[in-house]
Amino acid sequence: MKKVMMGNHALSFGGMLGRAQVIAAYPITPQTQVVELLSEMCADKTLDATFIKVESEHSAMAASIGASLAGARTFTATSAQGLALMHELLHWASGGRNPVVMGNINRAMAPGWSIWSDQNDSLSQRDTGWIQFYCSNNQEVLDTVIQAFKVSEKLMIPSMVILDAFTLSHTYEVVDLPDQKKVDEFLPPFRPEIKLTPDDPHAFGGLTSPEHYFELRYKLQKDMEKAPALIEKTGKEYEKMFGRYLGQVEEYRCDDADFIFITSGTVGSTARVAIDELREEGVKVGNLRIKVFRPFPFEKVRNIIKKAKKVAVVDRNISYGHHGIFYQEVKSAMFGHHNSLPIFGFIAGLGGRDVTPSTFREILGHVQKKDKSEEEIIWIGVKK
Amino acid sequence: MKKEDRLEQRNPIEDLLRMDRIPHIWCPGCGIGTVLTSFAEALRKSEVDLDKIAVLSGIGCTGRVAGYVKLDSIHTTHGRAVPVATGLKLANPELKVVVFSGDGDIAGIGGNHFIHAARRNMDIMIICVNNFNYAMTGGQVAATTPRGANASTAPYGNFEYPFSLPYLAEASGATYVARWTALHLRRVTKSMQEALKKRGFSFIEVITPCVTLYARRNRLGDGLNLLKYYYEKSEIQHGADTRTLDISYQGKLIVGKFVDIEKPTFLDCMNEHLGKVLGDKYQTYGVNND
Repeated sequence: MKKVMMGNHALSFGGMLGRAQVIAAYPITPQTQVVELLSEMCADKTLDATFIKVESEHSAMAASIGASLAGARTFTATSAQGLALMHELLHWASGGRNPVVMGNINRAMAPGWSIWSDQNDSLSQRDTGWIQFYCSNNQEVLDTVIQAFKVSEKLMIPSMVILDAFTLSHTYEVVDLPDQKKVDEFLPPFRPEIKLTPDDPHAFGGLTSPEHYFELRYKLQKDMEKAPALIEKTGKEYEKMFGRYLGQVEEYRCDDADFIFITSGTVGSTARVAIDELREEGVKVGNLRIKVFRPFPFEKVRNIIKKAKKVAVVDRNISYGHHGIFYQEVKSAMFGHHNSLPIFGFIAGLGGRDVTPSTFREILGHVQKKDKSEEEIIWIGVKK
Repeated sequence: MKKEDRLEQRNPIEDLLRMDRIPHIWCPGCGIGTVLTSFAEALRKSEVDLDKIAVLSGIGCTGRVAGYVKLDSIHTTHGRAVPVATGLKLANPELKVVVFSGDGDIAGIGGNHFIHAARRNMDIMIICVNNFNYAMTGGQVAATTPRGANASTAPYGNFEYPFSLPYLAEASGATYVARWTALHLRRVTKSMQEALKKRGFSFIEVITPCVTLYARRNRLGDGLNLLKYYYEKSEIQHGADTRTLDISYQGKLIVGKFVDIEKPTFLDCMNEHLGKVLGDKYQTYGVNND
């Protein structure tokens, strides 16, 4: 069934079709519609789940972890300050191997107060041990939530499904809602090997001596390393059933491209428009949208961009004292493999400043002018 | 009134507002502006030194106050106005520190800070605008939503018990506790004047209309309808037992000043205790701020 819906509701329908059993959430702009719709679904039993109206995001994640430990499929959503408030428990969810799936609406961090999009909120949670999916349209949001449950529960690692504030969260698009029966077939009920039940008592969260802690982290990393192949496999399985494929990255006209943009989120769909225009003018450009940021898709990125003459990474984020975060990651992926490939780092669109097709023309202008990047950060549209 | 004259009219509290931030974001019929006017009035009447006032807000509709007042102010993160106020007060005990925020901010996400500041008898003043829901984000259920009231996350009505804020404040250790509605503006002003003079943790709850969300979702009419409800259902009971102050949906609103006691503040206790234990080695900190 096709429906016109906002990105936030695509998250809600993903949670519904995934048959989340416990949803604990706290309101924050621009996430609220996600949980408002889910609370309605829980109240009228469209979705057989318990909705917990917690008193903070910290409690939302704590309640999600508790529910997950009891063996329930758990979904929540937040944004920016709320995600930051959850930080302690994000480590707990991954370290405790609780496959919670959470929507996060990318919103700039305060101060200054902003409700508009950039990626510093979720990228600040890079090292918490969560799988991170960055989406570029509402269909992808819904499909990703369903697949994220499957990937997370297989690996016992939580997932974050991320979308830009307003440009996606509040933008209405046509979304094809898969049939519930088929989703059930694709995503069987969550049956964790170990859960908190009196029938088979376990204790969770105990003090872990240096004798054991190291190995727990080793195992988390080893399982994280299994994610790329699993995400590809799950994507193909989903494609077979629903006709839409989502992998770790989305490649657009990269095959013969001299210049490749590297983007994420909705900036990636804007890039496609710019590329079509530039191609008409005879410029060979392509776009590589990084969909899965953690674990980082090293192989995919290397193989796709190695043929290009130059690469421009567009970051809607910054690691203060370093560079754009995707730029760092791409450079580190190429180091020791393709050291001579010129990679340029651009920062654009912080705090919701628009990134438009003309932004890409400007970026291309910089890239065409120089043989290699002379500065680590090229600021686009900043009023200096 | 001629059009030209009308343009000459100025907001009576303009000298206390950052006019470059006006127009404000509050909806027609909202009560926050009226509570802010009462606060401005209280500042004037109590003749406090405005250089020694600091206003802190968290997040939410009421959280905007810190940005609108032309006073030293901090717009903190959600729920943290009280601990930021605590830090500010202890670093500069000369200040009269006022937290001006909403029910979601103070009693929901910041509830823990609220009870602990009261427990310590931190010398700060809290104005809590209670509109029964999280209004800024679209009217979700809050810790204050009366049972049976609808909210965007309670489409069939709220079934959870709400906090009774005066009871929570007193039980936690507050030395001044009052509750009014946005109808009782002279009394709100008077309570604020008293709290501005008070040494110790003071708490004033003001029940205000949220027309756009709470009233609309519950089909309660406009701002005037809510003021009529306050008029018909509020009952002034000074000194009432705070255990009796629960608010039911469209039910009776017991208002008044419930607590006004003297008790050593956090700094008094610290100075007394450490002075006793450490003797001459201890230097008294931050007193004489009256």
